[in-house]
Amino acid sequence: MIDAHRQAFIEEASELLAELETTLLELESVPDDQEIIAKVFRALHTIKGSSGMFGYDDITMFTHDIESVYDYIRQGKIKITKEIIDLTLAARDQISIMLLPQGAGEDVDIKMTSKIIESFRNISNKVNKDKDQTPKIEDKSAVEITSKENFSSKTYRIIFKPSRDIYASGTNPVLLLNELYGLGDSISISKCSDIPLLENINPEKCYLSWEILLKTTKGIDAIKDVFIFVEDECELKINEFDTDNKLSKEEDFEDFRKLVYDLADLKEPDLQNLILGFESSSQQNDLLHNNFESKKTKEIPQTHHEADTVSSIRVSADKLDELVNLVGELVTIQARLSQIALSNMDPSMISVSEEVERITWSLRDSALNIRMLPIGTTFSKFKRLVRDLTKELGKEVELTTEGAETELDKTVIEKLNDPLIHIIRNSIDHGIESPVEREANNKNRVGKIQLSASQSGGNVLIKITDDGKGINKDVIKDKAVKMGLTQENSDLSDSEIFSFIFAPGFSTAKKVTNVSGRGVGMDVVRRAIDSLRGTVEVSSKLGLGTTITLKLPLTLAIIDGLLVKIEDDNFVLPLSHIEECVELSKADIEKSHGRHIVNIRGEIVPYVNLRERFDINELRPEIEQVVIADIKGMRVGFVVDSVIGQHQTVLKTLGKAYKNVEGVSGATILGDGTVALILDIIKLAEKEEFEEKNK
Amino acid sequence: MPKTIMTVDDSTSVRQMVGFTLKEAGYDVIEACDGKDALSKIDGANINMVVTDLNMPNMDGIELIRNLRSNPKLKFVPIIMLTTESQSEKKMEGKTAGATGWIVKPFKPEQLISVVKKVIG
Repeated sequence: MIDAHRQAFIEEASELLAELETTLLELESVPDDQEIIAKVFRALHTIKGSSGMFGYDDITMFTHDIESVYDYIRQGKIKITKEIIDLTLAARDQISIMLLPQGAGEDVDIKMTSKIIESFRNISNKVNKDKDQTPKIEDKSAVEITSKENFSSKTYRIIFKPSRDIYASGTNPVLLLNELYGLGDSISISKCSDIPLLENINPEKCYLSWEILLKTTKGIDAIKDVFIFVEDECELKINEFDTDNKLSKEEDFEDFRKLVYDLADLKEPDLQNLILGFESSSQQNDLLHNNFESKKTKEIPQTHHEADTVSSIRVSADKLDELVNLVGELVTIQARLSQIALSNMDPSMISVSEEVERITWSLRDSALNIRMLPIGTTFSKFKRLVRDLTKELGKEVELTTEGAETELDKTVIEKLNDPLIHIIRNSIDHGIESPVEREANNKNRVGKIQLSASQSGGNVLIKITDDGKGINKDVIKDKAVKMGLTQENSDLSDSEIFSFIFAPGFSTAKKVTNVSGRGVGMDVVRRAIDSLRGTVEVSSKLGLGTTITLKLPLTLAIIDGLLVKIEDDNFVLPLSHIEECVELSKADIEKSHGRHIVNIRGEIVPYVNLRERFDINELRPEIEQVVIADIKGMRVGFVVDSVIGQHQTVLKTLGKAYKNVEGVSGATILGDGTVALILDIIKLAEKEEFEEKNK
Repeated sequence: MPKTIMTVDDSTSVRQMVGFTLKEAGYDVIEACDGKDALSKIDGANINMVVTDLNMPNMDGIELIRNLRSNPKLKFVPIIMLTTESQSEKKMEGKTAGATGWIVKPFKPEQLISVVKKVIG
């Protein structure tokens, strides 16, 4: 159970750290904004407060000094400087390392930690010196649970006179007395002399006071702790009796009790006698039985209650994946049900199956929706990246973001992180010029990188735009020729040339830096985006800047597809790319003299004959179908025997054995139980184009 | 009938921890994420005690305490504030506003229970 809390704490702390980072970066641009400072303080405060409770004492200690600096900042005693922000960011990173379970990769750099603490202490010490602050009030924990059992038993006389208004602070004096009685054996006398006449009594005031004799082994601090919340609101006297000075006279117990009752106002000498009786153990037991006001603390019944409902819950991503998988299975089964219902021609069954279909679809939508996250969380990470990189490379760059609320599947967002880092690194290193160079070119000193996200249909477009020097086509082409990627005399379009930058090992950087120039990076981007079934496009104007557009599917698990047939085999084409279907007759093929082109309303469209590509050596039917798809802005046809129709497809991977098969992105199970391959039409078109060129 | 305690904190993990500890000890718990939330949830509920953080967005702990004390129904309800040692001024401010006591963060579950027992028995 504690582990679950700890998990919740780690998740929360990571969120807070992320928030802290964004807030700090915000603070850098508006250093005097009180609200932002308060936000930073609150984040630190919460991290510090909760970390100790979950056993992260190192974080508590570490955050303490940072928090005090921000407390001074909040009070206006220190001004925010770049140094403080740098330090806090470093500290933030340190804390996130501390959060990791031990032995999980990074270890906490103790030197770094102490250095950061040292710097923060220096800052706060400066204030202490400058303002000659009064020494910090020692705060004592209200509920120190330290065992002081080694104290020998001592007897105390306690006079407790609460202020009249004690109820107004929610204090119940009886509970304090009960707690006191719990410390040891005691007798107490309530003094009623201050109670006014009935007509003058205000029931909201406290008129009583108490005198208590307490024999305890816990020591005077334990007694003081009882009254810790009220010590400012009452008269409290605690005196210890000198137990060495025992009187030998034995008092009769009856007399003793009488004595207590009679004594309206206890006097010290009488008390000597009283204690003596009190300390003899047999009478002490009688004392308890006689129901003097001696009490033990009550046991609270140990019952567990149902958790209150809360507006949101945290669920581990695994469970969500499981849910989506199950929904996928359900979609498959439902397709099968529809098919059976239709073939049986039973109206009542058809209506049930339609109902199931409707519910399955809404279930699918909500299940996928649960996994959708705004992309903004990823965006905010890049602010930090840009900040660190520009510092390292001596450039000035401002990162703006747009459409942070655009939602994407969680798995897509996770896989998007690295590609985006590479692209942004590239933009800063290659794209944005140095401040001097920019000024010479009549540009603003500060370069701009814009990160924007927007949704278009079933896709999300992510654009990374910089206003740097752009990509020089000739340089790229020269390099491509050198690497043997293309011929010198080949006629290439702009986008074809730009796509070379995604080739493995391609780099035009003159020297290898920490950041880029190793030629790894852009090909990683291409591969990552491919694996997400997305596309990358580059456009650039020399001297003005570069835009890289990533087009990603909203979700990975389930896609809308077009089910087609070649002989007895079923294939699924992703519907998002498909524009129309046309017929292809033998006469059409003869007209184009065997070349793979089809004339659609006067437009020449090349096509891929899937029958040939997959070596299905049966006779072609008289009339074939061409499915026209939009591939990177080009219309390309795919020839199949027949088009069956739209089909909801649950994507299943082919497994490790077939992962190198080109042109197939996965498989799905159809309603009748047969398997259909899902075609990667972009790859297929590219391959066809490549082979055609090299003929 | 078990006593009902309202916990107010903007940190989910602290709230969870406090809530769990109190439930284990046999209390009913109502959770709120800040002062405003607390006031809206406290209406109509029968609350025996409030445990509140001081630093919160929307409405902080001090203001919440003042608000509670001005409600005749909650005038005498014990209110415990969660503070850190760097907030001694805040603690005084809270006391003046009408808080019953305080717990210094970080605290252990048993410390919380001992304070709760201290103020509501």
